Amino acid sequence: MSTTTTPPPKKVNHIGLEVLQYKGSKTTLCAGCGHNSISERIVECFYDLGVNPYTVAKFSGIGCSSKSPAYFLGLSHGFNGVHGRMPAIATGAILANRTLLGLGVTGDGDTASIGIGQFMHLVRRNIPLIYVIENNGVYGLTKGQFSATADLGSTLKTGLANDLPPFDCCALALKWGATFVARSFSGDKKQLQAIMKTAIAHRGLSVIDVISPCVTFNDHVGSTKSYSYMKEHEEALQELDFVPYFEDIAVDLPEGEVSDVRMHDGSHLRIRKLGRDFDVNDRFKALQALEESEAKGEVLTGVLYLNTEKPTFTDLLHLADEPLATLPESKVRPPRSVLDSVMEELR
Amino acid sequence: MSTLEVSPAELQPEQSSHPVVNDFSIQVATVNGSGSQTANTVLMRSIFQMGVPVSGKNMFPSNIAGLPTWFTIRACKKGYIGRRKEIDILVAMNPETAREDVLKLDSGAVVIYDEPLKLNELRSDLHFFPVPFDKLVAPVCPEAKLRKLVRNMIYDGVVAQLLSIEMDEIHRALVKQFGKKKAKAAELNWGACKAGHEFAQRSFPQGVPYRVERMNATAGKIIIDGNAACALGCMFAGVTVVTWYPITPSSSLVESLIGYMRRFRHDAESGKATYAIVQAEDELASIGMALGGGWAGARSMTATAGPGISLMSEFIGLGYYAEIPVVVFDVERVGPSTGLPTRTQQGDVLTTAILSHGDTRHPMFFPCSPEECFTMAQDAFDFAEKFQTPVFVMTDLDLGMNNWMSDAFPYPEKPIARGKVLGVEDLNRLGGFARYRDVDGDGVGYRTLPGTNHPAASYFTRGSGHNERAAYTEREDDYINNMDRLAHKFEVMRQHIPEPAVTMAPNAKIAFVAFGTSDYAVRESCDQLRAEYGIDASYLRLKGYPFTQHLRDFIARHDRVYVVDQNRDAQLLGLMRLDFEPELVAKLRSLRYYGGLPLDARTVTDEVVRQEGK
Repeated sequence: MSTTTTPPPKKVNHIGLEVLQYKGSKTTLCAGCGHNSISERIVECFYDLGVNPYTVAKFSGIGCSSKSPAYFLGLSHGFNGVHGRMPAIATGAILANRTLLGLGVTGDGDTASIGIGQFMHLVRRNIPLIYVIENNGVYGLTKGQFSATADLGSTLKTGLANDLPPFDCCALALKWGATFVARSFSGDKKQLQAIMKTAIAHRGLSVIDVISPCVTFNDHVGSTKSYSYMKEHEEALQELDFVPYFEDIAVDLPEGEVSDVRMHDGSHLRIRKLGRDFDVNDRFKALQALEESEAKGEVLTGVLYLNTEKPTFTDLLHLADEPLATLPESKVRPPRSVLDSVMEELR
Repeated sequence: MSTLEVSPAELQPEQSSHPVVNDFSIQVATVNGSGSQTANTVLMRSIFQMGVPVSGKNMFPSNIAGLPTWFTIRACKKGYIGRRKEIDILVAMNPETAREDVLKLDSGAVVIYDEPLKLNELRSDLHFFPVPFDKLVAPVCPEAKLRKLVRNMIYDGVVAQLLSIEMDEIHRALVKQFGKKKAKAAELNWGACKAGHEFAQRSFPQGVPYRVERMNATAGKIIIDGNAACALGCMFAGVTVVTWYPITPSSSLVESLIGYMRRFRHDAESGKATYAIVQAEDELASIGMALGGGWAGARSMTATAGPGISLMSEFIGLGYYAEIPVVVFDVERVGPSTGLPTRTQQGDVLTTAILSHGDTRHPMFFPCSPEECFTMAQDAFDFAEKFQTPVFVMTDLDLGMNNWMSDAFPYPEKPIARGKVLGVEDLNRLGGFARYRDVDGDGVGYRTLPGTNHPAASYFTRGSGHNERAAYTEREDDYINNMDRLAHKFEVMRQHIPEPAVTMAPNAKIAFVAFGTSDYAVRESCDQLRAEYGIDASYLRLKGYPFTQHLRDFIARHDRVYVVDQNRDAQLLGLMRLDFEPELVAKLRSLRYYGGLPLDARTVTDEVVRQEGK
């Protein structure tokens, strides 16, 4: 009789991968950085949903946030490009291979300062991409200057106050065409998970603005992007649950309080209203709510807008179903008869 | 009637009795936006259809309508199709420039002009032919608002009559120009053309000392602009991702491509596009998208001009350092800054060779003809994927936007070469790979594409310091090893860049080195130097950069080598200085033209003669 015990079976997701296979290299960001929490959420959500990591392409620009794609999804290809111009790289890659699941990670300097132009055009095109803005209102790698999302009156560690109003990336995304727009807080694990999973299931551009405090340069009294400020001022729109397509969903929903949005893959985003009347299909309401909460000094979080119907840029281009990148020569080089006929036209 | 303002004594008698056949240039001076392009193209094409070698050059303003435009048609039985400075026949339609245009002509030139301009009063040594355009156009074009567009066809009729261009060929060219869908417009224009022809027949019995006679030198040839030729090359190269931002003179490259791709690159069964073409928000985005596409495995390209090249600088450094294939077409125009947007120059070669900050080097292809635009576009894509790097195809406004006579393009014989890309089976066999390891000794690592379904496929692309496993590093040895490998890769490219075209003149002491559209002027100049000055000159035309061994050998075999640059600062010569030892550099002479017009042979010849002290 053998006394050896078999090790307990490793925990795997529904495609048979362990959570380790969704991790990346060790983070080099500061301990306590909000970005690390976001990386953890990405690992959990891609694991939970059983996303094939080989189909994911990670994109980033320059800055602390943009370093983070090295710290998650190590089995996915990654591209850390130039400052403020990740949207162009991601757009090109997705055109080349529309079957990729694109995940962009950027910061407030990368998106709202140097990259505002490319960000706006990404939004306008509704590129199928998850676009996570790790928003701390400050430049970390260059040691603590304001970015364009820093709030009016917010102060630097030196005491210097910001005298310009911020860009609200969610408002810009709402106005100009993103089809999933949400704001969250790196410290709100449950909400961020639900939003991230919705983005994974969404077909179209997902803009997720995550307030992600910088513990080194912007976590002091006077900052509006600090942990303590967020704890005091975060105002969640909804309680969110994401039910993946491979799990059973209860059919009966309590009238009025809870609603489901069905995603393309059959998953559902379950939304339980918290107090205020809000409809995630209504862009104008969302813009109004952002304005109102800003006036009240609140940071509104949750799902601001979700449109599962609008065609994406790849739809509009009427692209072939298979990736352009690997089309065989027979599909991309017209036959001799075509050249002959063109030459005849030019004679 | 006094249509001929020159007394017979001033005419050269042999010209009158023995007209110059198939060797002349016509300049049409009009206002842009007046529809003259159609009349000019028809005139050029009808000469081409009579078998006579011909070229057409449009000198146009950066403007929509109302500013002066000149179109020059050169017919040349010897086959020289570069620009010729001397104008034999002027068609003066633009009151703004008519006076200056006439004063610039050489004695004995022919002037066809709008009668109210009274140009005959300006000089007495020219042949003047007044044409009452407004009077002629009214009866053939009842609709007054169309007359402005139709009246230019009248000069086609006049010129055809004076030069004995067959009216059947004019008609054929007209029908071709308008196509079947615009038969009515063609008919209206044909009426105007006939009116001009009949008027000239009636009014100008004395004729002109030039004529067109049928030859057989254009059989099988086509007429095409370089941008359309590049576009065709891209389509047959199998391009899949095209990004661009409109800029003169490159816009028509992508616009031609859009036209061809819509016709020929939709899947036969599904009707879906086997390509993506995106008009980006600026050149930073267009090169960024092209690089993203190249990274993900597409045959990716963009087209631009000098200002776009400047904007793309940062991304090109990323492409170089992260080793991403992409093809950039630079249709050069006159810089610096906005410069002269509608004039031609070779002003970007030095910048492009080392574009971006830090140590970078980029390969360039130099087509000189539509046929090379077509073949080199294909070669550039293969080259970019073979060496995993941005490749530049350097053309210019003259080549890109003007119509050229060309041999028909050959169908590509070689299969498309996609370079070192590892798939799932390769990874199963190898167990893994290091993205930037020089496995084969050519400096080129193996890459995988995102989406490759294998646990060993992924790697992290970055513009920051990286080691051969693509991991972040700031180590001195990692950095140097990587940069040295990139330098080695560039050296290997020398073996694969297209070889130059070399014409050795026996016992020649002097020689030319030129590239791109300088070719036409230099070849003609070689003949002028021999015929007029007894100077033999060899000629090497570069087809690409980095330089090959052929160039060194060629320079070594001559005493003085004239390096022809269409830019002020001798950019090509500058690049040669970077590569060559002082003994070779000492043999180099600079021959530059940078006025914005296509280079002409006489300018080259005169400058060589001056420098040679003849």
